[in-house]
Amino acid sequence: MSEFISLVVNGILIGGVYALVGLAIVVIYKSSSVFNFAVGDFVMWGGFVMWTFLVAFDLPIWASILFAVVVMAIIGLLTNRLLISPMAGQPLLAVVLLTLGLSYLLKGVHSAAWGPTWKAFPPLLPSGKLTLGSISFSADYMWCFIIAMVAFGIFSYLFQRTRMGLAMRATAEDHQLARSTGISVKTIFSATWILAALLCLVAGVLLGSVNNLGPQLADIGLKGFPVVLFGGLESVVGCIVGGIVVGVLENLGAAYLNPLVGGGIEEVVPFVVMLLVLMFKPYGLFGLKRIERL
Amino acid sequence: MGGLRLRIGDNDMLILNSVEVVYSNVILVLRGVSLQVPEGAIVSLLGANGAGKTTTLKSISGLLGTELGDVTHGNIEFDGQRIDRSEPEDIVKLGIVQVMEGRRQFGHLSVEENLRAGAYTRHNGASLKRDLDMVYGYFPRLKALRRATSGYCSGGEQQMLVIGRALMAHPKLILLDEPSLGLAPLLVEEIFGIVKNINEEEGTSVLLVEQNAMAALGIASYGYVMENGRVVLDGSAEKLRENEDIREFYLGLSQLGKRKSYREVKHYKRRKRWLG
Ligand SMILES: Nc1ncnc2c1ncn2[C@@H]1O[C@H](COP(=O)(O)OP(=O)(O)OP(=O)(O)O)[C@@H](O)[C@H]1O
Ligand SMILES: [Mg+2]
Repeated sequence: MSEFISLVVNGILIGGVYALVGLAIVVIYKSSSVFNFAVGDFVMWGGFVMWTFLVAFDLPIWASILFAVVVMAIIGLLTNRLLISPMAGQPLLAVVLLTLGLSYLLKGVHSAAWGPTWKAFPPLLPSGKLTLGSISFSADYMWCFIIAMVAFGIFSYLFQRTRMGLAMRATAEDHQLARSTGISVKTIFSATWILAALLCLVAGVLLGSVNNLGPQLADIGLKGFPVVLFGGLESVVGCIVGGIVVGVLENLGAAYLNPLVGGGIEEVVPFVVMLLVLMFKPYGLFGLKRIERL
Repeated sequence: MGGLRLRIGDNDMLILNSVEVVYSNVILVLRGVSLQVPEGAIVSLLGANGAGKTTTLKSISGLLGTELGDVTHGNIEFDGQRIDRSEPEDIVKLGIVQVMEGRRQFGHLSVEENLRAGAYTRHNGASLKRDLDMVYGYFPRLKALRRATSGYCSGGEQQMLVIGRALMAHPKLILLDEPSLGLAPLLVEEIFGIVKNINEEEGTSVLLVEQNAMAALGIASYGYVMENGRVVLDGSAEKLRENEDIREFYLGLSQLGKRKSYREVKHYKRRKRWLG
C-alpha cells in the first residue's frame, strides 16, 4: 500500500511539470486556435539553451536564467512573426501542420548545434530521498513540483490580473470584438507564443535536471497532448489536473503493468485513459461550456 | 443628390466622401456614401435590412478589413485625418469606437472585465477606477452585476454593458449599431435616454444606426436614410420625422398617423428576432 502511495505522490510531483507543458499548448490554443505540435521541441530547446549558458559558457546561474529567458522569448516571438502570422487567413489545418514542420526544423537545428549526446546539468535541485511516514519521494521531484507551481502561479497572475492577460482572454473569445476595443490581436498572439516558450523553458530545465538532458526530451510533447485533452483544451485549471493525472497514470503503469507486458506501457496508459475520457466528455474534464443564451 | 451635403466651414468631425465598399473583391455593397457627423452631435443612419448601414460603420471603424471588405473608392476623414486605410486598433486610439450589432460582448468575462477590456488603449491605471464609476453612474444596474458573467446577463443589461465598454475608451465618436435590437420599448426608451445624456454630459458624438427610426430621430439632430448602398435622403431629425416617405416606409405610419400595414410590421419584428 505504501508503495502505491509513493508511486502516486511521485506521479503528482512530476505531473506538475507536465502541467506546464500543457499550459504552453493551452495559452496559444485559447487565443488563436492553433495547436502547437512543436511544444516538445520548445521544451528540449529550453533545456539545451539553459545548459549552454550554464555549462558550456560557465555563466553564473542568474545570468544563465536571464539569457535563457531572452533567447527563448525571441524564439517564441520569431516563430509567431515568421511562421504563424504570415499564415493569417489560411486554413487552420495548414497552420497546425506548419507547427509540425517547425517541430522537425527545431529537431534538426538542435542536433546540428548540440549533437545527439546527452548532457547533464550540475545539480540544480537538492537531491536525496525524503520520507513522510512510510511514503518516500525524491527531493528533486518535490522541488520540481514547487517550482512548476510557482511558474503556474505567476502565469495565472499575469493571465487573470493584468491588462495584457485580460487582453489575452478577450482575444481568446472574439478576435473581431477584441480589435473593436483597440486590442492589437497580432501583439497578443506574439505575447502568447513568448509566454509558451518561457513555460517550455521552465519545463525543459526542470525535466533536464531530474532526468538528463537529451534529444528525447522532445518526446515530452507527446505527454502534453493527453494533459490538455484531459483538461479540456481551453482550461488553465484543467492543465494542472491533466498533468497530475498523466504523471500518476504513467507511474502506476510503469510499476504494475510493465512487469506483465515487458516495458514501455507507461507511455501508452495515459493515451488509453485519455481516449476513454474523450468518449464520455468530448470537451475534456474542464472544457469550456459554451454559453448558449446570447 | 446633395448640394446640401457640401456645407463648408462647419464643425464636422467625421466626413465620408462618396465611399464605395467591396467585399471579397466582388460584392459591391456601398455605392458612394457621403455623410458628415458634426462634433458633439447625434446623427442617425436609417434604412431597411441590407441597406448597408453596418457596412458603413465598419468602413469607419476599420473592422471592414476583418471581413475581407475594402474601401475601393472615396475617403473617410476624422478630425482632418484620413482613416480609411488605418487598422481598427489605431482608429480606436484616434477616438472612434464601434459598438457592434447584436450586443457583442466577451461572454465568458465578467461585466467589469468587459469594461476594463474597453479601456485597453488607455494605460493610465489611476483613471480606470474613475471611468468605471462614470460608467456605473450612467448604468447603475451594471454596478450590481459587475462580477456576473456577462454572457448570462439579460439583453438590456448586455446592451448597457457594450455602450459602457465603448465609453471606457474615452471616445470622441461612438458608432452605435442597432442598440434597440430585440429590446422591449420601455428599455429602448431608457437606453436612448442614457445615450442622449452621455452625448450631452461627455460631449461624445454618436453615429446611431437604427431600424427603429422613431426612437432614433427622437434623440438625433440629423438623419440619413440609406437604401441599397446609397444615401437616398437626409435632413434634420424634425424634417425627417415629418417626411411622408419616411413615415410610410420607415416608421410604418400613414398620413393618418396609423400603422399602414400591421401585418408587415409584425413580420418584420419576427424577422428581427431571428436575426438577433
Ligand atoms: N462580410 C460580408 N461579405 C459579403 N457581403 C456582406 C458582408 N457583410 C455584409 N454583406 C452584404 O452587404 C449588404 C449590406 O449589409 P449590412 O450588414 O451593411 O446591412 P445593414 O443595413 O446593416 O442591414 P441590417 O439592418 O440587416 O443589419 C448585405 O446585402 C449583406 O449581405
Ligand atoms: Mg446591420
